[in-house]
Amino acid sequence: MSDAERPPDEVRSEVSVHKGQAPEREGVTRASRSKEPAAGLGPGQFTAQMREWRDAFERRLPPWWSRALGAVLIVFAILLPFFFTQTSGFLNATIISLAYVVMALGLNIVVGFAGLLDLGYVAFYALGAYSVGWFGSGFFFNEHIHVGASHIQNTLPGIHLNFLLIVVCAVVIAALAGIIIGLPTLRLRSDYIAIVTLAFGEIVRVFAINGQSIHLGGGQTLTAGNLGIPAVDLPYFPVIGSFNLLKLRPWYWLILALMLVVLFVNLRLRDSRLGRAWVALREDEVAAVSMGIPAVRTKLLAYAIGATFGGVSGAFLGAYFTTVNAGQFAFSFSIFVLAMIIVGGLGSIWGAVLGALLLSYTNYYLIPDVFNDIPSKIGLNFNLTQLSFGIFGFLLVLVMVLRPQGLFPERRRRLELTGDIAAEDAQLVESQTAV
Amino acid sequence: MPAAAVRPLAAVRKWIGRWGLIVALLALPVYYGIRDLTHGYSSGFVNGHAVINHDLTQLGFNLVSGVSNGSIWALIAMGYTLVYGIIELINFAHGDVFMIGSFVAVGLYASFGLTATTGAFGLVGGLLLTLIVAMFVCGSLNVLIERVAYRPLRGAPKLAPLITAVGFSFILQNVGLLWKGGSPVGVPDLINQNKTVFKISGVIIHRADVLAIAVTVPLVFALTWFIGRTRAGRAMRATAQDPEAARLMGINVNSTISLTFMLGGMLAGAAGIVYALYETNVWYFQGFEAGLIAFTAAVMGGIGNVRGAVLGGIIIGCIQQLSDSRLGPQWTPAVVFGYLILVMVLRPRGLLGEETREAG
Repeated sequence: MSDAERPPDEVRSEVSVHKGQAPEREGVTRASRSKEPAAGLGPGQFTAQMREWRDAFERRLPPWWSRALGAVLIVFAILLPFFFTQTSGFLNATIISLAYVVMALGLNIVVGFAGLLDLGYVAFYALGAYSVGWFGSGFFFNEHIHVGASHIQNTLPGIHLNFLLIVVCAVVIAALAGIIIGLPTLRLRSDYIAIVTLAFGEIVRVFAINGQSIHLGGGQTLTAGNLGIPAVDLPYFPVIGSFNLLKLRPWYWLILALMLVVLFVNLRLRDSRLGRAWVALREDEVAAVSMGIPAVRTKLLAYAIGATFGGVSGAFLGAYFTTVNAGQFAFSFSIFVLAMIIVGGLGSIWGAVLGALLLSYTNYYLIPDVFNDIPSKIGLNFNLTQLSFGIFGFLLVLVMVLRPQGLFPERRRRLELTGDIAAEDAQLVESQTAV
Repeated sequence: MPAAAVRPLAAVRKWIGRWGLIVALLALPVYYGIRDLTHGYSSGFVNGHAVINHDLTQLGFNLVSGVSNGSIWALIAMGYTLVYGIIELINFAHGDVFMIGSFVAVGLYASFGLTATTGAFGLVGGLLLTLIVAMFVCGSLNVLIERVAYRPLRGAPKLAPLITAVGFSFILQNVGLLWKGGSPVGVPDLINQNKTVFKISGVIIHRADVLAIAVTVPLVFALTWFIGRTRAGRAMRATAQDPEAARLMGINVNSTISLTFMLGGMLAGAAGIVYALYETNVWYFQGFEAGLIAFTAAVMGGIGNVRGAVLGGIIIGCIQQLSDSRLGPQWTPAVVFGYLILVMVLRPRGLLGEETREAG
């Protein structure tokens, strides 16, 4: 392999670039050809040949092609809403999907990078949404605090902060909650972590539902329970003005901007010292600690940063749905986001993005809007929405059985599955001793 | 002296490590027991005046319902723990298999012509037959799910089967939704579950309590006998410890895993019929809730450990009943999960210790 002659960083960047662009063909073929996709060890010769062809193809492209493609994608994403009307169902589904991408990227840090199975991610969604409910509505009607709010909001009672300040509040609250959730799990193994985080998620939900009976004085309560905090402030920005629900394009650009920031942070984190520490802890905690990685701080940072993104997305969704209702924070939400990152390929950033888009479009657009007419068209008299979770479950099973490693597996995991990890490690050691 | 300052702290830590959990678990019943004795509680109204009692009857009643309710959770939790022990998978579809068990049982009432007026002999025979059919259906369903959704993923990343489990959980819930609709459906109260069987110093024991315990106890003993004494049980334990070595010793690992799923599904089916008789209503979402509670029970007792699952189930049943009657049912999940976190912090391997590969 010519890869052996190049320094490892170069190899890494090329492979990760590739990951973002084209689906790996050899993985698909392997899964469909071999009788046991479980093993993931297809005929080695065949995959090696495919990889060689792929590398040869990549070498022919000019070095700037990945950046150019990224720029084209971003421009396309910015222009996308002009192809749809302001109130189209597709735009609505896209906005929700992008919010889910932010969530998936956050959970991917905890579960994918650091290997801490978190089943209580809904807690951060709830806290993000409640920061909008608390700091951006008339819910605390005894207070009169206005910071950067619109003229109309300035006349109303309650706490009204600018949306960006609310996002900051959501970040702080979610990060603190992430650390609190992380603390008792430090001594535990993966599946126990799962149940403890699940427990925290449920406790947050129970408090959200029963918040009505927790009195804070002056007739104010902690939450509005299942009735929901109504009429949450619409985001307002000084020059742009106030958002409204009949014009969805500004919402789209807002969440797109948030998503791009989160994506950028994620990409930088992955290759940072911290990101590598997470992966090291995931792969072998004992070895990582003996190499001087502070396990407690590293794990807590994973929880806190992962939670932060959940909080940001929760704040956005709270404002977008204009109500914060305890019924939104069910356990199935955590499972939904977890399914996104596993379907995408655990630990892989582009996998998380793709998995989130795929599952949320399926759930919010394809099943309710597109497939819904099919039964009546072929003469069957039933409503497809009755089958929506069955279809969703079936798709989950199908995707995982056909592609157990996920759609875009993380490079390291892919190598493990194809059995090349030892060769890769040897190669890394070699190149490092050469330097 | 720094050493002297540290030593009492270490002693406190050691004490908390050994007794903290027991103290925490006893705190709830002891607190409410003392409260009942000192403050009293209202046990109903006579001539418009509240009757205030100062005794432990209510506490006893809570604990009896806790044990009987908890024995249903124990049946489900054993299925979780068996599956986890052998393939290290949190089988999210298990609770929904239990739900299907309830639905099958209720469907069979009609086919066997069981109603609230059936004679005692016919009733017992019919229910036994229903129990056997429900157990068999759920066992087969669980084996089928394993074959379709988990076996192809052996050797795949660890979380991949978790997602297929969630997928099957959704599919089964959808089946339940189409079968009986979206809200709880009342089912005939065949055994007249609220009838008093006997009274021990004021604590009433209902038929439902007797039924739950009468079904659970033999099944627990049968299961522990099966795992501990039979050849197939030994194969299961061997596979749980090290599948590769088990294979080398001539054990058919795949059929052993299928057997484990069969047993887990059968227990879930038994729990399903007991639940239908006990609660006298069924709905498609019951499996999800019960699954969460039972999984919590399995983890609390020490995952992979069958006795731990039973203990965890009963403890959670008692906590639930105490919290339901004192704090209100809306707070129960928070109390249960709060206790779970406490158990995990004080004893990270569960009450009776885990029995899994990684535990060694």
